[in-house]
Amino acid sequence: MKKEITQKDVRNFLANNIVPIIFIVLCAACIPIAGYSGQYLVDQIITRIVRNSFLVLSLLIPIMAGMGLNFGMTLGAMAGQIGLIFVTAWNVVSIPGLLLAAIIATPIAIILGWFCGKMLNMAKGREMITSYMISFFMNGVYQLVVLYGMGSVIPVHSSQVILPRGYGARNTIDLLNVRKSIDNFWTFRLFANENGTGGLTIPVLTFILIAILCVIIVWFRKTKLGQDMRAVGQDMEVAREAGIKVERTRILAIIISTVFAAYGMIIYLSNMGTLNTYNSHSQIGMFSIAALLVGGASVSKASIKNVFLGIVLFHLMFILTPQAGRNLIGQAQIGEFFRVFVSYGVITLSLVLYEIRTRREKAESAKTLALSQKQEANA
Amino acid sequence: MSEMTKTLLEMQNVSKEYNGNPVLKDVNFTLKQGEVLGLVGENGAGKSTLMNILFGMDVIQQTGGYGGKVLIDGKEVKFASPLDALKAGIGMVHQEFSLLPGFTAAENILLNREPQNKSVLSLVFGDRAKTIDRKELQKEAIDAITKLGVELDPDMLVSEMPVGHKQFTEISREISKSAIRLLVLDEPTAVLTEKEAEMLLKAIRNLSNQGISVIFITHRLQEILDVCSKVIVMRDGRIVKELDAQATSIQEMAKLMVGREVNTSGNHSEATARRAISEKTVLSVRNLWVDMPGETVRDVNLDIREGEILGIGGLAGQGKLGIPNGIMGLFPAGGSVKLNGNEIPLNNPRACLDSSLAFVSEDRRGVGLLLDESLEWNISFPAMQIQNKFLKNYLGGLIKWRDQDAIKEVTEKYIGQLQIKCTSSLQKAKELSGGNQQKICLAKAFALEPKLLFVSEPTRGIDIGAKSLVLQALREYNRENGVTIVMISSELEELRQICDRIAIITDGAVSGILPAERPSEDFGILMVGKSKKEAM
Repeated sequence: MKKEITQKDVRNFLANNIVPIIFIVLCAACIPIAGYSGQYLVDQIITRIVRNSFLVLSLLIPIMAGMGLNFGMTLGAMAGQIGLIFVTAWNVVSIPGLLLAAIIATPIAIILGWFCGKMLNMAKGREMITSYMISFFMNGVYQLVVLYGMGSVIPVHSSQVILPRGYGARNTIDLLNVRKSIDNFWTFRLFANENGTGGLTIPVLTFILIAILCVIIVWFRKTKLGQDMRAVGQDMEVAREAGIKVERTRILAIIISTVFAAYGMIIYLSNMGTLNTYNSHSQIGMFSIAALLVGGASVSKASIKNVFLGIVLFHLMFILTPQAGRNLIGQAQIGEFFRVFVSYGVITLSLVLYEIRTRREKAESAKTLALSQKQEANA
Repeated sequence: MSEMTKTLLEMQNVSKEYNGNPVLKDVNFTLKQGEVLGLVGENGAGKSTLMNILFGMDVIQQTGGYGGKVLIDGKEVKFASPLDALKAGIGMVHQEFSLLPGFTAAENILLNREPQNKSVLSLVFGDRAKTIDRKELQKEAIDAITKLGVELDPDMLVSEMPVGHKQFTEISREISKSAIRLLVLDEPTAVLTEKEAEMLLKAIRNLSNQGISVIFITHRLQEILDVCSKVIVMRDGRIVKELDAQATSIQEMAKLMVGREVNTSGNHSEATARRAISEKTVLSVRNLWVDMPGETVRDVNLDIREGEILGIGGLAGQGKLGIPNGIMGLFPAGGSVKLNGNEIPLNNPRACLDSSLAFVSEDRRGVGLLLDESLEWNISFPAMQIQNKFLKNYLGGLIKWRDQDAIKEVTEKYIGQLQIKCTSSLQKAKELSGGNQQKICLAKAFALEPKLLFVSEPTRGIDIGAKSLVLQALREYNRENGVTIVMISSELEELRQICDRIAIITDGAVSGILPAERPSEDFGILMVGKSKKEAM
């Protein structure tokens, strides 16, 4: 009897965590093939955590409010990019530059988030597909503004940013001014050799910022607004009857998410050092969502633990696969191919699993019934 | 106790019409502080409309307001929204639960009224950034539960609660509202087990002793006698009579409600003249389990005899509803079910229907009807789908067209037979009243011409008049067509009126089967779960 339960527990655990388990197995298989040193991998993972965690954390609040995965975080990313384009053009350097970028991005993100939230309120129950489509639509608006508006209507004239023809932002913008300025503000070396080089570099300030955001999210769950969001997430009608302003709460969830995504994008790009004006934002939404899902989150439930586990596993995969591909079949492109294929695959898998899991939970209670009858008959 | 004599609520000549149809006329009554007022009436008598007016529901304003006056503490009030009514200390517990499954009882009780702590951040971001004071929340919830006088664990998740506790949570929420002075309970005992219902009645008395007035709407007239001091009987939008609960009887109330004599005691010896039932088993059920939430069946063994009406009774939540739902494949089930010796596959609704079983679900609106379709469609659809009836074949059956004439004919036949009140056979099912919808469900099953018919809670939520018509239709169908009927009902008296034998389900298993003419006490003993042998 006791053994039976443990076996079932194991099966449940496997079934509930199938996505992270697949990734752990894949990564474990790739590590020896790729042949990277442990130190290199850890260093890379730290970099990825620094880059991505703020972005992925921004997804948690809409999930709490029952709005699913916020594909609309792309809107926040656009706002962050616009902020960075301005500070690059104005030549504001280092941390003041990033702060200014955040200050510029905030109102844009709030307006975009408000718009997105309004739209999602009109499409209740279909938030994910709607936010996905909104991000495509707003991408068009973003291109219009950046490609035709900048330099012609919006007074930006720096040659670093604007194409030689006089208007439109360049395809790639070098963010030398702000590159790694948060990361390098206060660093700390672990396991350094005698010369003070090598080892792992820990960007302390970035980690502090990420920790602050984690604390904010934990605190947020305890606030009245957080409680309201959980209530709205479970049943909008009940929440409305209790006097909670459902629509407003949902819009706030999206606004908060969009603003955090904007800050996340600024941190991400400052770490990367270059801004891919027309592509960065559209990829980042997909990769952030995939990372969160790889960490074991679902459409209705996600925690901070999922965020970090997901980033580690998802990016470890991408660090490993190009090298593993080269070593196996002599082609590194397989890594890039993998990246896209796996992201979409993981999102699809998670969406399907979510449905299956709900259904299986129902079937599970039926099995217990049959079992108890059998036991009674035996007794 | 001088407070008890003060008038809290008074209605003067309240009237209301929808599109020129009067639904309330000259309603006058008063309610004192701490008084429990029973409100009874058939469906459509105007009870809901009256409560909607009291609460300032949107639907009233949208349809042109109401006539007459509503006075609270002697002053006229006109609530523009339910929130205003709430402010004036009026709370209502609706028939449908409005609870969040993932929240605990305490969180639900104080939903959107959570005690909060100020913090530095709340000064910056405003009130909604205040954190919730869990300790205080717990304390206030326990206060409300104690005031109600029931047992309820404040930390239990609603999704894990039995239905009675959900009801208590709901009522505790109303009570926790500080200014509560009048509580309206709409059919609060309909979903409760007998024991839970008793607890609730006790809680109502508690509230009354604390000076809270209660308006208690119920179809269970005995409960009115148990807790109310005054009863208002409504019929056709009027108050037909105000009665002193201590001096009236169920018979009197029932008579006033329907305006005609109703046989509530169920004189079964007259209704079902004892008749010989063949010993042949038509359906044999062995070790059936069904996973129906709230109505779990654990181990049911039953032999249903040819041509009989078998009643299945028992308290709510014991599993009686799970039996037909499981056999018909609507919920996961296991065990063995044999019709005339042939095994019927479980978890396969189509196979059941193909073997001439039919089912009238207790979930009329959800499972039973195509609400947006015409009566013709509702009645003919299953027969068309399963038995290829009402179809015209062309090209050797390659093309099948609906036979509109045959559909109309059969629909009209049943409309006449069952006295279904409708404008035409093309009216939409959702436009009919509850009782008539139920008749459509029956007609739909009859059209399948089954060998065995399961009827689940055929009289739930319909008024006394419609009830007796539905029961009569079932009895006639059984007598005239020799169809075996299995009727599941929570009302024992109703089962005793038309059944030959009654099986009582307790804790997911049959606790005993007795002939219907045995006194109700015998069934009562089975219901409370005395062992099988003892009861036999």
